[in-house]
Amino acid sequence: MSIPATTSTSSSLPTPPPAGISVEDRESMRKQGVLLTSFNEIYNWGRANSIWPLQFGLACCAIEMICVAAARFDIARFGAEIFRASPRQADLMIVNGTVTKKMLPQVVRLWNQMGEPKFCIVMGACASSGGPFKQGYNVVKGIDRYIPVDVYVPGCPPRPEALLNGLMEIQKKMREETLTGPNAPRYFRKDADCVYPVPEYGGRDLVPPHNPKVWKPAAPIVRDAKA
Amino acid sequence: MSATLPDINIALPNGATARRVEDEFHGDLLEISLGPHHPSTHGVFRMNATLDGEIITTLKPVFGYLHRNHEKLGETNSYLANIPYTDRLDYLASLTNNWAYVHAVEKLAGFVPTERCEYLRVILGELSRIINHVCLVGFLLNDLGTSFTPLLYSLRERERMLDLLEELTGARMMYNFMRFGGLRTDVSADWLARLKTYLEGLFARYLDEQDALLTGNEILLARTQGTGVLKPGLAINAGITGPGLRASGVDYDIRKVDKYSIYERFDFRVPLGEHGDTYDRYMMRMLEMRESVKIILQAMRDLPEGPVNDPKAKSRGLRPKAGEAYGRIECPKGELGFYLISDGTPNPYRYRVRPPSFINLTVLEDMCVGQTLADAVITLGSIDIVLGEVDR
Amino acid sequence: METLEQIRDRIAAQFGAGAVTLVTNPGPAAQHSLLLASHAARDIARFLRDDPGLRLDFCSNATGVDWPDKEIVETTKTTQPDPAGGPAKVVETKTKRLQPGCLEAVYHLYSMALKSPAPVIIRLRTVNRTDDVTLPSLTPVWRSCEFQEREIYDLYGIVFTGHPDLRRILMWDEFKDHPMRKDYVSPDDYEWEPTPHDDVLERAKAHYPAPSASTTQTPEVTK
Ligand code: SF4
Repeated sequence: MSIPATTSTSSSLPTPPPAGISVEDRESMRKQGVLLTSFNEIYNWGRANSIWPLQFGLACCAIEMICVAAARFDIARFGAEIFRASPRQADLMIVNGTVTKKMLPQVVRLWNQMGEPKFCIVMGACASSGGPFKQGYNVVKGIDRYIPVDVYVPGCPPRPEALLNGLMEIQKKMREETLTGPNAPRYFRKDADCVYPVPEYGGRDLVPPHNPKVWKPAAPIVRDAKA
Repeated sequence: MSATLPDINIALPNGATARRVEDEFHGDLLEISLGPHHPSTHGVFRMNATLDGEIITTLKPVFGYLHRNHEKLGETNSYLANIPYTDRLDYLASLTNNWAYVHAVEKLAGFVPTERCEYLRVILGELSRIINHVCLVGFLLNDLGTSFTPLLYSLRERERMLDLLEELTGARMMYNFMRFGGLRTDVSADWLARLKTYLEGLFARYLDEQDALLTGNEILLARTQGTGVLKPGLAINAGITGPGLRASGVDYDIRKVDKYSIYERFDFRVPLGEHGDTYDRYMMRMLEMRESVKIILQAMRDLPEGPVNDPKAKSRGLRPKAGEAYGRIECPKGELGFYLISDGTPNPYRYRVRPPSFINLTVLEDMCVGQTLADAVITLGSIDIVLGEVDR
Repeated sequence: METLEQIRDRIAAQFGAGAVTLVTNPGPAAQHSLLLASHAARDIARFLRDDPGLRLDFCSNATGVDWPDKEIVETTKTTQPDPAGGPAKVVETKTKRLQPGCLEAVYHLYSMALKSPAPVIIRLRTVNRTDDVTLPSLTPVWRSCEFQEREIYDLYGIVFTGHPDLRRILMWDEFKDHPMRKDYVSPDDYEWEPTPHDDVLERAKAHYPAPSASTTQTPEVTK
């Protein structure tokens, strides 16, 4: 049976096939078996359209996140309007603002407390890299030094549309996930460890200063002066 | 806390009483930590409270979860490069932060802004105050448990004003708009006309709507009247400024006292409260918004033509003479001051922000002890803090 | 409102001439200040608050300033008569002297009762920056100093005696340094930029002793 690349979402279909999945993707998913494939599609479709973000604000970017949740930008159009205050009920963490060293253990702990499958959007320059406050002694130079990040949304602060785009990227990522096989995400594998060590306050810095399993300092691209 | 059982009432330091529970199962105090991640604190603020049943006996704020080294970075940046950083202090009212900083630098370097610039600064500063108060009212009602609905009304108005500001400055939140002795660009007559239409039309309707819906609302009155009372003597001694101070009945508004910029040319009143409770603090904001609209309309009426930038004032590569200056303005949350020491180099030797939200929190414990935990949440909400400014 | 000189004279009359000095501010703002001797500072503060002519009941801003030890080179010119009877010579002698540093706490006072528009600034100085860093706390006089003095203690390391609750406020309790001091060195963790330059490049080089040929990207010039 061939599937048209652009599937219609008319109500006559029992389960509307998700948009954004190419023929090849679906064919490869079919290889996993009929039962799991259909289940996988429904599962991913449902997940992607009912994301529950963690209600969580760090700094200025959080105000833009509130605007996204409000009537004008209306994140409810993407099914993600239910902000949960408890990490146990949330499946998306939007790190929206400067993460300081004093706040970092709490952020990692919240991330650990969220149940799998979970995703992380980094919103704004600060959370991605330290942003304008990069030279600060109390600023973590990017939350990706401690926890895995799925989508980076640049900006200072990112416009609400940019955050919505980030959310759509997450939705795309969810729809493309397989349940089995080598491409399965970490939380479907038995051997994977989904708990990230919480750093401790040290005398001068956090201990450890980054999580070596998640992040390694990149070798700088040093150009010769004559080049 | 019934007055008929004086023997089991404990007098607390601020004059309130808490009930002593002699029961062997209930005798212990419960210590809880609200925050830094908590839906009912603002931002990454944390309070460690001790509860006797539901009554708070001690409450210690814990700071520093958003300490991003603003002052240290300020000492390594040039004077001009610090303007965008000030946007990120109180990110709900960025323009007044810009203003306070350029005001301090103008004192330090001896610049005088042009006439037109002063008028435009007043317009933008008061607009910023309106945006801040609109948000505060929404968030305060959210803390009361209204579950987002009044906040949606507030954010609707905020978006309308942000659209105007975005058109003018190019950014939704971080405007970076003021310069030493002037502004980054001039403001067009068309923009001003649209601002006027908005303030007289939709915004006036919003204020009336909000008053009709909420100000006399029975539930709001029951929740806010008599909670979080702040006595004027303590407020003065603890350095409280802004609407929180005026709600206690102390007539102190830096716009009237310092007469900085051109505020003595406008006819406006400073609303004063009587009881210093949460309801008075809420009302201060509602009344101040109306006064701000009046100021903006007067400034638009009198706006002179002329250059918007002082040609003698230098922004890039500014090296003020060695010396120091403290400049302060009345920002929406209280007295925002900048203390700058120059040693003649391009960056400040000392760059200090006097954050109103931080100092206004000094009395949080006094205001909350003896109340229920739920009232402490709205007391905190009515103080109006922004963590970017508290921790810097 | 009295001028600062008048206030100084009144303080000197009451607490002794050694208790107060006027520090002038050469900048255009001309906000001069009073340097108080720390042993009498709290009494003077009470006097400033309660005196009916001043009524400085509002301590707006309290902050620290770090003045590290500074080496000052002074050039003095002396005219020396030539012993041989010729014209007198001008001899320049350079003397180096170490101006000892100190930590300073600055308080900006206003009067809410009298609505004074200009601040009265008082400063307190510690003896040095290392071992004698105590100052009397002014929190018993003005409650508004409570958190601000804690902040000064945290960031500058001035120990305020008589403060009700002197703990770190912004940094965590285990933190060892006082980061706002001028000689504070922040943890070496931001040099990992993909394309470093200037002093960041120097620090990056220290971490990567010799960039090997494979990591060095030389842009190829193709014509
Ligand atoms: S990226 Fe910009 S707007 Fe966002 S938290 Fe950082 S400073 Fe604030």
